Amino acid sequence: MRDIKLYTEHLAVGYNGRVLIGDIALSLRQGQIMTLIGPNGAGKSTILKSVIRQLSPLGGAVYLNGRDMAFMSEGEAARRLSVLMTGQIRPELMTCFDVAAAGRYPYTGRLGILSREDREKVSECLELVHAAGLAEQDFTRISDGQRQRVLLARALCQEPEVLVLDEPTSFLDIRHKLELLAILKDMVRRRQLAVLMSLHELDLAQKVSDWAVCVRGDRIDRQGPPEEIFAPEYITDLYGVARGSYSALFGSLELERPPGAPEVFVIGGGGAGIPVYRRLQRQGVPFAAGVLPENDMDFPVAAALAAQVVTEAPFQSIGEAALRRAEAVMGTCRRVLCPLDRFGPMNEKNRLLRELARQAGKLA
Amino acid sequence: MRRSYPLCFALLLAALGGLLVWSVGAGSVYLSPGEILSALLSPPDGGILWGIRLPRVLAAAILGGALSVSGFLLQTFFANPIAGPFVLGISSGAKLIVSLCMVALLSRGVVISSMALILAAFAGSMLSMGFILLLSRRAPQAGMLVVGGVMIGYICSAITDFVVTFADDANIVNLHNWSLGSFSGVSWDNVALMALVVGAGLLLSLLLAKPMGAYQLGEGYARSMGVNIRRFRVELILLSSMLSACVTAFAGPISFVGIAVPHLVKSLFRTAQPLVILPACFLGGGAFCLLCDLIARTAFAPRDMSISSVTALLGAPIVLYLMASRRGGRGGSL
Repeated sequence: MRDIKLYTEHLAVGYNGRVLIGDIALSLRQGQIMTLIGPNGAGKSTILKSVIRQLSPLGGAVYLNGRDMAFMSEGEAARRLSVLMTGQIRPELMTCFDVAAAGRYPYTGRLGILSREDREKVSECLELVHAAGLAEQDFTRISDGQRQRVLLARALCQEPEVLVLDEPTSFLDIRHKLELLAILKDMVRRRQLAVLMSLHELDLAQKVSDWAVCVRGDRIDRQGPPEEIFAPEYITDLYGVARGSYSALFGSLELERPPGAPEVFVIGGGGAGIPVYRRLQRQGVPFAAGVLPENDMDFPVAAALAAQVVTEAPFQSIGEAALRRAEAVMGTCRRVLCPLDRFGPMNEKNRLLRELARQAGKLA
Repeated sequence: MRRSYPLCFALLLAALGGLLVWSVGAGSVYLSPGEILSALLSPPDGGILWGIRLPRVLAAAILGGALSVSGFLLQTFFANPIAGPFVLGISSGAKLIVSLCMVALLSRGVVISSMALILAAFAGSMLSMGFILLLSRRAPQAGMLVVGGVMIGYICSAITDFVVTFADDANIVNLHNWSLGSFSGVSWDNVALMALVVGAGLLLSLLLAKPMGAYQLGEGYARSMGVNIRRFRVELILLSSMLSACVTAFAGPISFVGIAVPHLVKSLFRTAQPLVILPACFLGGGAFCLLCDLIARTAFAPRDMSISSVTALLGAPIVLYLMASRRGGRGGSL
C-alpha cells in the first residue's frame, strides 16, 4: 500500500453541479502507467481535470500520497503532481528554456528568480526529453512534437511523483507519438513516476499501459491490466464500433468486410495474404480465404475481412477435409488469387488448390 | 537571441533622463541645461522651473509609467496584447465617476481632495472592469473584448457629456480640459500623492511578477504549478485599476499608452518576463509620455494640444499593427 501514489474514493465528476460519472475508484502505484480509454466525450478529460483540481469534484475525494487533495495548498500539490494538457499554448516571446523553467515555480522564491541549481535542473529535464538543442529557440516556432516534449520537460521540472497527461499524443505524427511515449516509459522506469493519462490511440494504449481504465459516459465500465481489457468484443462494444473490427493481438482496427457472397478466393498464408485481403476490402470485393491454419499470421486479418475463411487446426498440416471445403468454396468464386509462393509439407494442399484453380482457368 | 538586459535598461534610463531635461527646458521660456541645473541647486521658489515645469514633467513621467504598467497587467490578465485601460473603457469609467463627483460637489462649493478624486476614479474603473469581466465570460474572443471595451468607453463618455452640460460655466472649462487628458496644472502635493500611489502599485506588481510569468502559460498550467488563481486574478484587477485610476484622477483619460509601451518594451528586451518588463514598462511609459507631452506643449505653441491626441497618433498605429500580426497566428513578436 505504501507505493500507492494517487487514489480516488467515491469520486464524482461533472460540470455545473451535474454529476457525469460517479463513484470513481482509481488507484495508481509508483512506476505504473494508468491509461484512461474510451470514446470521445466519454469523460476522460473530466476525470483528469477533477484529479488535478481544475474542476472541483462533485463528491468523494482524491488522495495524493495518502492526503486528501482538497486540503492541500496549491504549492504542496504542485511539488508532487504536474500536468501536460491537451490544449495548445502560444506564450509570447518565450524560449523553450523559459517554458520548461516555468516548472520550477514551486521551488523558486518570492520573485521567481532561478538559482543556478534550478537552471541545471531545467537543462537536465530538457536533456531527458531530447530537447536540449531547442533551449534557446522561440517556443512558438518549433513543431508540435517538439512543443509536447518541451512541455513534458516543464512538467518534469516540477519534480513530480505523479504525472497527469491529457491526450499527450494528439496533434503528433506517428514518429513523434512513439518518441513521446518512449520517453515517458523511460521516465517511469528511471524515476519511478506514477503516470495517469488519457489516450486516443488504442494500439498505443495497449502497448504502453500497465493498467487500463475504460470510461463510458456515465461510469467506469471496467479496469484492469491491458491483456484483460483489450478483448475484441469488449473494445468494439466500448467504442460502439459497428462497422469494422478490432484485433486484440495487434491492437489494430480493421474496416468493415465487404458485404455479399465471396467473388474471389485468396490462397494465402504466412503473411502473403494480408496485402491482398486489404486491397480487396478497399475495392469492396467480397472474398473467401483459405486454407489457413488458425495460428497463421494471415488468419486474424482474414477473419476480420473475408466473407468466409477455410481453416485448419493450429500446428496441423492442411488435411483432406479442409481441402475439400476449400474446393467447394472456390467453386462458387469467379476468380482465384494466389499470392502464396512458398510451399512445404504443412501447406502442400494449398499447392494442390492452386493447381485446381489453374485447371479451372480461374487463377489470375 | 537574448538582448542584454542591463544595456536595455541603460537605454531606457538615458531616454527618460534626456527627455526629462528637454521637457523641463522647453516651453515659452527656454531654459538651458545650465539654467536648469542652477535653478535646481537653488532653493525651491515659485518660478517657472519649480512652480510649473518640474511638477508637470514629473507627473507626466510617473503617470505614463503607471499607465504602461497597468496596461501590461491587463494584457497578462486577458492574455491579449491589445488590452489596456483606455481600450477596455476603464479610463472612461473612471472619468465618468470623477466628473459626477466634481459636478455634484463643486457646484455646492465643496473642494475635493486629490485622494478623494483617486478613490472616485478607482470606483469608476472597477465599474467598467466589472462590465468587461462579465462580457469576457460571455464572449471570450479577443476581438469581442476590445469591441466591448470601446462600447463601454463610449457609453461612459456620453454620460459624462450629459453631466458636463449641467455643470456651472466656471467648472465646465476645467472639466472639459481635464476630460480630454492633460498634465497641466499639477501641484507638488499632487506629485507627492501620485508618486506614493504609483510607487506602491509598482512594488506590488513586482511581487506579482512570479505568478504573472506562470499565467503566461495559461490558467490551467498556472494553477497546476501552484498559483492561487482566484486570488491572483483579484490582485491583478485591483492593481491595474488602481494604477489607471490614479492616472485618470490627475490627468484625465490618456489613450493607447498602456498598449503601445508594453509592446515596444517587449520588442526591445525580446522577452515577456514580467520581472524585467514591469520596471521597463514604467521607465518606457515615463519616457513615452514625456515625449508626447513635449509634443503636445510645443508643436503648436502657445496652444496646448490634448495629450490624448498625441498618444493616439503615436500609439494607435502600434495597436493596429498588433491586431494585424495577431491574425497571422504567430503572435506579435518581432
